Order: sequence, then structure tokens, then C-alpha cells
Amino acid sequence: MAVFLALVRRELGVAFNSLTGYVVIAVVLLLCGFSLVDIVIKLNGGPMDGPVVALFYHSAYFWLILLPLPSVITMRSFAAERSSGTYEALMTTPVGDWQVVLAKYTGAMLFYLLTWLPLLAVLAVLRQVTQESAFLEFRSTLGAFLGITCIGSLFLSMGCFASALTRSQMVASMLAFLMAMGLWVLGLGPDLSDTAETSTTRFLTHVSLMRHMDDFSQGIIDSRQVVFYLSGTLLFLFFTARVVESRRWK
Amino acid sequence: MIEVQNLTKRYPGRTAVNGLTFTVGRGEVVGFLGPNGAGKSTTLRILSSYMPATSGTARVAGFDVFHQADEVRRRIGYMPENNPLHLDMRVREYLKFRARLKGLGWRRSRERVDTVLRQCGLIDVERRIIGQLSKGYRQRVGLADALVHEPDLVILDEPTIGLDPHQIRSVRTLIKEVGKSHTVLLSTHILSEVEMTCSRVLILNRGSIIAADTTENLERHLSLDGQVIAEIAAPVAAVREAFRDLPGIERLEVVEADGAYTRLALTPRDGEDLRPLVFEQVRQNGWKLRELTRSRHSLEDIFVHLTRGRKEEVL
Repeated sequence: MAVFLALVRRELGVAFNSLTGYVVIAVVLLLCGFSLVDIVIKLNGGPMDGPVVALFYHSAYFWLILLPLPSVITMRSFAAERSSGTYEALMTTPVGDWQVVLAKYTGAMLFYLLTWLPLLAVLAVLRQVTQESAFLEFRSTLGAFLGITCIGSLFLSMGCFASALTRSQMVASMLAFLMAMGLWVLGLGPDLSDTAETSTTRFLTHVSLMRHMDDFSQGIIDSRQVVFYLSGTLLFLFFTARVVESRRWK
Repeated sequence: MIEVQNLTKRYPGRTAVNGLTFTVGRGEVVGFLGPNGAGKSTTLRILSSYMPATSGTARVAGFDVFHQADEVRRRIGYMPENNPLHLDMRVREYLKFRARLKGLGWRRSRERVDTVLRQCGLIDVERRIIGQLSKGYRQRVGLADALVHEPDLVILDEPTIGLDPHQIRSVRTLIKEVGKSHTVLLSTHILSEVEMTCSRVLILNRGSIIAADTTENLERHLSLDGQVIAEIAAPVAAVREAFRDLPGIERLEVVEADGAYTRLALTPRDGEDLRPLVFEQVRQNGWKLRELTRSRHSLEDIFVHLTRGRKEEVL
């Protein structure tokens, strides 16, 4: 456990010892700011149904943050260590492959959650200004954050996997972004097709990130969705561990 | 400490290490010498449990490097080639992080970090960011990292590469110091390094060991000609006369040197050192002597000689 914590601390340290971490936070902050403007404009357009937080993730800004962010956070986790050679130094200490994978994932997850905190600030500002309790309403906010955590968890594990495959951070981030984007585009399928419901559209609905977010932000926690993200995360972490372990295959 | 049996590592299309067999005893400082691409780093990576061999076995302190990797890693301080470090960390912070990874508790890691900081002369820079240190200091940090968990065996892959002469000297002194209390396996292609720091040398070429002995023995075995040169203040004819019929001399050359001196070159028949004989002759004749040397093969000659592929002459 001490080793695991040391590794997680190191992962967080990497983010804050360099400029990258601050740049990422600043960009997310900026996009959150834009989305705040967007929400205010939409609210001025008249009354509407659904939770206010939905306005946020229906905006392009939300996906502009969510889709590339995990790939940017995880791109260096394995790739940078491999290209600088510190990977060899790490893997010749008595730490387990799984320990390394989980520590890198946990570090990335913590940083990811940290970058989302400005969203809370956006909601708090709206609530303060409008004196409307619908902003920052407990259940929908919790639901939205759970959604962000679940989707992020899957994307981060994909990112770890991509980073383990290559020495190039650029390739790792592109690969992770493509996987995340692919999944997101799949979910758009049912909305784009006019045909009646088939098994394909049912499947696509099932993996639609937008619909999952709809449910989450209404405070509906559907176990199917949680299981979907959890199993996806575990699958990609398993793949990552296999890649890490592969150097010891004869 | 290290027992290697028939170790082979094949990469697609290339054999990096081919049937390597050697042992290193506890407390030895052994140099692993070979040209670039000879398989040194591959062997060291296998020994430090970073990657497996294709076939053969390797044991460190009695533990198999593949099946008991964690036990082996606990006992090895490994400094990889090019000494990779986290350049964004501070020296003390880095060493503490590494100590924790190597399983040292909080208090113990603090003690050990203090010790290795002192041992490697890093006290002055302990709060500096590694990326801002000179290469010599970085090398010391790498060495301190290798020592921080008190390993039985220290493996250093090209520890002085890219350093300036002053830094090389200080790192070598440090390695010698480390060698007093640890078993050290050191890879290098710099021959003088081996001569200065190691008690024994394994010469590796194209994945195979082509010589293994102490540096003195290698020099002795391979300097069979051992030609002796002397400059004597006597006429050429007298010198030739005095040495012509002496036993153990293969070839004799006498030429006139500058001044009243004669230059004498003697080649022994069986590698015997002819210097005492020459001195004795000079003394008996009451001549003056201004030079007496025996040509000695440096490790460099041996290395070039061996790695050119004349394997039949190897010990």
C-alpha cells in the first residue's frame, strides 16, 4: 500500500511539477467559462424542461472537455516513462505490474476529478446570481458528477492502455482520443437514423454516452450503466496490465 | 552472487546474447567489457529481472531472475544505461520516492537517503531539481538510487558515459568506494575504467564471453612476446657478444643509438621476463644503463586483439 501511495503521489507530482497540469486546468476553466456564457444565453431564451445541469452537457463545450481531457491526462503515464527510460528503473524495483497500472490510473483519475471542479463553481455562480435553487441541486449535480466520473473512468483506462502501447505521447493521446470519440459517435447512431428500432439501434442506445448523461443528471443511477462503465474500465486496465507484463513474455 | 548458465536472448532476426556462462562471487568488482552492441546491456537487463532470457538460467543471490523476480529486485541496485531519472524532482525527494518503491519504511527510507546523500557527495544539492544538475551530479544521483536500499549487488550500465574527465574521475572513485562494501557488476566499453576499478573482467563480443580473468592475468597471458628494450653505454659488438648465447632468448636485435649508447631489443622464448637477466649482464660488464623496459600489453591491446575475432588465441 505504501508503494502504491508513493506511486500515486508521484503521478500527481508529475502533473503539478510541470506546466502541463496547469495548462490543462486553465483550458478546462476557460471552456467552463464559455459554457457558463452559453447557459446564460439559453436561459434568457425562455423557460425549459429538465435539469439545468443538462444545459451544460448538451453544449459542445462539455464534450470538448470530456472527450480529449482523459487522453491528454493519460498520454504521458507510460509513454513518457518509456521514452525517457525511467520505465526500466521503475520496473526493476520490487513493484508489481498491477500496482503500477492501478497507481497510474488512480493518479490520472484524481487529476481528472480535480479539473472538473470549476463546473461546481459555474453552477454555484449561477445559483448565487439567480437565487434559483435549481442550480446546484444536490441530486442532479451528484448525478452529473457520477456521470462525469463514470465516463472519465472508462476514457482514462483507454488512455492508460493507449499510453502503454507506445513510446510517443502524441500517438498515445491520438489513440485514446480516437477510442473515446469512436464510442461517443456510436452513441449518436440512434438519433441519426430514421429506421425503426432494431437490435443494432438498441445496442447503440445502450452505449450512448449522451443518454447516459441524461439519466445521470436527472439523478437516475441505472446499475446497467454503472456496470457498463465499470466493466469497460476493468477491461482496459486488464489490457494495460497485459501490455506492461508483455515485456516479460519469452 | 551471480550464477549465469547458458544464457541466451534472441530478438527477432538477431541473437543478442548467446550461451553466456559466468559467475561472480560475493564482494567482487567485475567489469563487463565489450564493444557497443556486444550484448552487455541485454545481459544486465536480464540479471535485473527487467526482461526474460530466451533460454538458460540466471540466479542472483540464489534466486532465479525470472521466477523469483521480486526477491532478485530487492537485492539489486540497478542503474540502467543513460541513467534515467525523473528530472522534475528534487534530489532528496527522488531518492526518498525510490527508497519507498524499493520497500523501505518511512523512517528507514529517511535514514538511508541521508546516508547515500552523504556517501555520494550530494548533500550540497539535495534540494536542487535534478534537471538542473550537471551530468556528473546526475550520475551520482543514479548511483545513490542504486545504493539506497542497501542491495547485495550493484549493477551499473555504463556509469561514466558522457561525463567530462573530472566527473569521470569522481564517479570512478565513488564506484571504487562502493566496491569495498558491495558486489559490483559494471558494464563499459572504456577500457581504462575496467583497469582502474575492477578486479576481474569479462570480455563480451557478439553475445559471447571471449575472455574472463583478472586484468593482470589477461595482460600476462596475452603479452607473450614481452619484448625487453635496453639502452646500454657499450659498443654494439660487445653487447651482441654478451647476449647472443644466453638461454631463453628467441630473437636479439642490436642497433646503435644516439651518443655512445647501443639499443638492445630482446624477445623471450616463453614469455619470461628478461629484465633481471639484462640487468645482471650490464652489471657484470660494468656498463652504464639508461633504459630498461618491457613492452606491456594494455587492456586496450588485449581488447582489440580479442574482439577482432581471433578467438583461437583466447585463453
